[in-house]
Amino acid sequence: MKFDRTVSTTCPYCGVGCQIDLNIKEGRIISAKASEGKAPNFGRLCVKGRFGTDYTHHPTRLTKPLIRKDLDKEKREPCGMEGFREASWDEALDMAADRISRTFLQSGSSAFGTFCCAKATNEDNYLFQKFVRSVLKTNNIDHCARLCHAASVAGLQKALGSAAMSNSIAEMKDLDLFIVTGSNTTETHPVISTYLKEAVVKNNARLIVIDPRKIEMANFAILHIQHKPGTDVAVYQAMAHVIVRDKLYSRDFIDRRTEGFEQYSASLDACTPQWAEKITGVTADKIEQAARLYGEAEKAAFYWGMGISQSVHGTDNTLSIANLALMCGHLGKPGTGVNPLRGQNNVQGCSDSGGLPNIYPGYQNVADEESALKFEKAWGTDLNRKPGLTTLEMSDAIGEGIISDFIIMGENPLMSEPDLNKAREHLSKLKNMIVIDIFLNETGQYADVILPAAAFSEKNGTFTNSDRRVQLVRKALDPPGEAREDWQIISELAKRVGRRIGQDFSSEFNFSRADEIWDEMAELVPAFGGISHERIEREDGIHWPCPDKSHRGSPYLFSDSFPRGKGKFHELKLTNLSEQPDDDFPYILSTGRVLYHWHGGTMTRRSVLNDISPRPFVEIHPDDARKENLDSDSTVRVSSRRGSIELDIRISDRSPTGVLFIPIHFAEAAVNELTRDIRDASAKIPDYKICAVKIEKGR
Amino acid sequence: MNQISLTIDGKRIQCEEGLTILEAARSQGIDIPTICYHESLTPPGLCRQCVVEVKGARVLLPSCITEVKDGMVVETSSPRVMRARRTILEMLSASADLSEAPDLKKQIDTLQAQTERFKPKVPNIQEPLIDNPFYIRDYGKCILCGKCVQVCSEEVQLSYALTVAGRGFDSRIATFYNRPLPETSCVFCGNCIEVCPTGALKPRKEFENEI
Repeated sequence: MKFDRTVSTTCPYCGVGCQIDLNIKEGRIISAKASEGKAPNFGRLCVKGRFGTDYTHHPTRLTKPLIRKDLDKEKREPCGMEGFREASWDEALDMAADRISRTFLQSGSSAFGTFCCAKATNEDNYLFQKFVRSVLKTNNIDHCARLCHAASVAGLQKALGSAAMSNSIAEMKDLDLFIVTGSNTTETHPVISTYLKEAVVKNNARLIVIDPRKIEMANFAILHIQHKPGTDVAVYQAMAHVIVRDKLYSRDFIDRRTEGFEQYSASLDACTPQWAEKITGVTADKIEQAARLYGEAEKAAFYWGMGISQSVHGTDNTLSIANLALMCGHLGKPGTGVNPLRGQNNVQGCSDSGGLPNIYPGYQNVADEESALKFEKAWGTDLNRKPGLTTLEMSDAIGEGIISDFIIMGENPLMSEPDLNKAREHLSKLKNMIVIDIFLNETGQYADVILPAAAFSEKNGTFTNSDRRVQLVRKALDPPGEAREDWQIISELAKRVGRRIGQDFSSEFNFSRADEIWDEMAELVPAFGGISHERIEREDGIHWPCPDKSHRGSPYLFSDSFPRGKGKFHELKLTNLSEQPDDDFPYILSTGRVLYHWHGGTMTRRSVLNDISPRPFVEIHPDDARKENLDSDSTVRVSSRRGSIELDIRISDRSPTGVLFIPIHFAEAAVNELTRDIRDASAKIPDYKICAVKIEKGR
Repeated sequence: MNQISLTIDGKRIQCEEGLTILEAARSQGIDIPTICYHESLTPPGLCRQCVVEVKGARVLLPSCITEVKDGMVVETSSPRVMRARRTILEMLSASADLSEAPDLKKQIDTLQAQTERFKPKVPNIQEPLIDNPFYIRDYGKCILCGKCVQVCSEEVQLSYALTVAGRGFDSRIATFYNRPLPETSCVFCGNCIEVCPTGALKPRKEFENEI
């Protein structure tokens, strides 16, 4: 097979950040292979990276700016392509700018809500937040990290002062013992899972899986703890109890590097394994065993995913893990650490680039006067000191009429937010909604103006992967039709809005290439100081923090100290705010992903990946299926107090009895119709993994 | 590691104990052709294309799995070695379609192997297996190097979907019970395609693009 060209770039799917070579022929990606010998994947890929980039050529790609035909109706209704008309870029951008500036002049900056995008580049996101902060004067900016790892971030910030994964992927070969919890790693981070499995099979590392579902990783574990959903804190507190009781902790590490241990350990008195057994359904001896394995291990690490963070107790879940790592000193050495596995290709980078309501790029606080002055000087304008609203707070504010204008780059809240009935009702109340995307998805159907963007293979820039490695994204093809790169769209929009509100931003949004945007950000973010596109080109990817050109980057964190100084123990109280099953809704519903699909499905449902996994399903334990008189041919209806969906059934003992599992990817049976929007108090992340449902025979 | 010395193609070299002859030779810029060898996989020593002549050894030794020894005298391209390699290529040409094996074709040219020498009376024509949306298996091109089985099992993916079935002349790469891939433990990572040297495994889009 002869190709016209091969372009090396970074995979657009999960946070592993695999390096892939796209084989191009006649303007299309024909196939993809792993870039030879390059970190972090060293020749490995998963099905999505290798076969799933064909979505970029799907016939429904947006190729021209679109304007809604029935603008300014009392109540906004969703519509397909037929509800829009094509427009020129000038007309669409002018209309978007007119509407935005009208709101700005009439209602002020608090009327804006904005979502940046964990799939777009660092450069796109830096420029987007600069537009939001410097032109619209609001910090109401957030992205889907809120809905995935917000609780990991909140917990690790409290305990350590930094929320990124503390180990690099390359260190997995050094593992001695590791705990995978709330992560279906083989399906969500397939390439990382191969390193983890390899550590077990080749290096005799020991794996403990702590997860209610019998996921594939459990086949490689010496111990699988199947606790009741929502009882994570009890498992970890009881493990901590055993470690304190048997003095398996590292006194030296506790003395040198931590604070609050005495108080915390005293709080564990009642948290015996027998106490936990009653709450978690896990036998006390299993908890004892897990505690001994973790406490006695030379080098041990935690890896976790949404099972820990997407919970009304997400921050506590994370803190309970951090407490264990701190007391055993399993931090700051190769192969030890605490690792939230990031979901999106650039969710790490989107946060790093300032896509959050409380921080400027590089985690510099918006409420901090010194930081604000720094960015005011750099951007030549005054900035709002008030931290903005988080994702779901913005949705609420739209419902309450406080936010009237919504600008969304590449996100799909009408698949990803909990309680979709409510989310839709909120969006329908907007006065103005501007969307930048590559497809017309469930959210775009509510927009006034849609601006067509470039896909990952059609732009230059950088993604930052789960282990903080900044890697290049290289343009392989031109965007289809008139679609443009996100940062180009944002620049144009910023300049036009600026003119209409009487401020000249032309010099602040005057970039001709993505690397110029990176350079501006690197000057403002100390941790990026030594990173440039040119250097990544030479060295293949650099782990931040990398403060200057002679610094080699930081594959693992916390070797000498934590960003907050000493690691802090947190006392935890066991609470249970999740919706509990009852006679009417007797099952617990948990949500998650499958190997072949990606989040809201905007990309993978338009890919060959959909051929192998085309239909939504609910996973149910055989005992429950028998009890409900359901066989494998049944179509079933699953309902909660908020909604109801109809889908196929998959009878399997992967889920324990009493628990149903439904993947999140299928718009025709969107599981978030059923979920509940109660949130973790400090992280504001919703309780996706638990709500009460019933199941019955469908049509 | 102890340093030892040996002679390769008349050149005295120093190297670490524990290296294979192949590694020692390549570190000196002496290339030995390989087929089933892959840098990041455990050498299976199957194809015997990397054989070398070692003084005092009765038979030719596969350099990919033979460790260097102090005082060893190695010839990597003696006439005997070259004839063995040429014959291997001639036999492979008779058993599989090598039209999409660029590395093997180069070796055939270099060694002037007679690809028609063992021409089978009945050519090995097999229809490509198309049983999934992602990639095809065209076993008419398979030379049984086994790399796909290695990456599918212990070496990389630990999915164990592919295996070697049958014995002797009947050996072939297969799934358990010959089930179509979607009914196996295959996760379609395609890491097997990455290591296939002959185009027997190929993304479906590439395959369809060629027709």
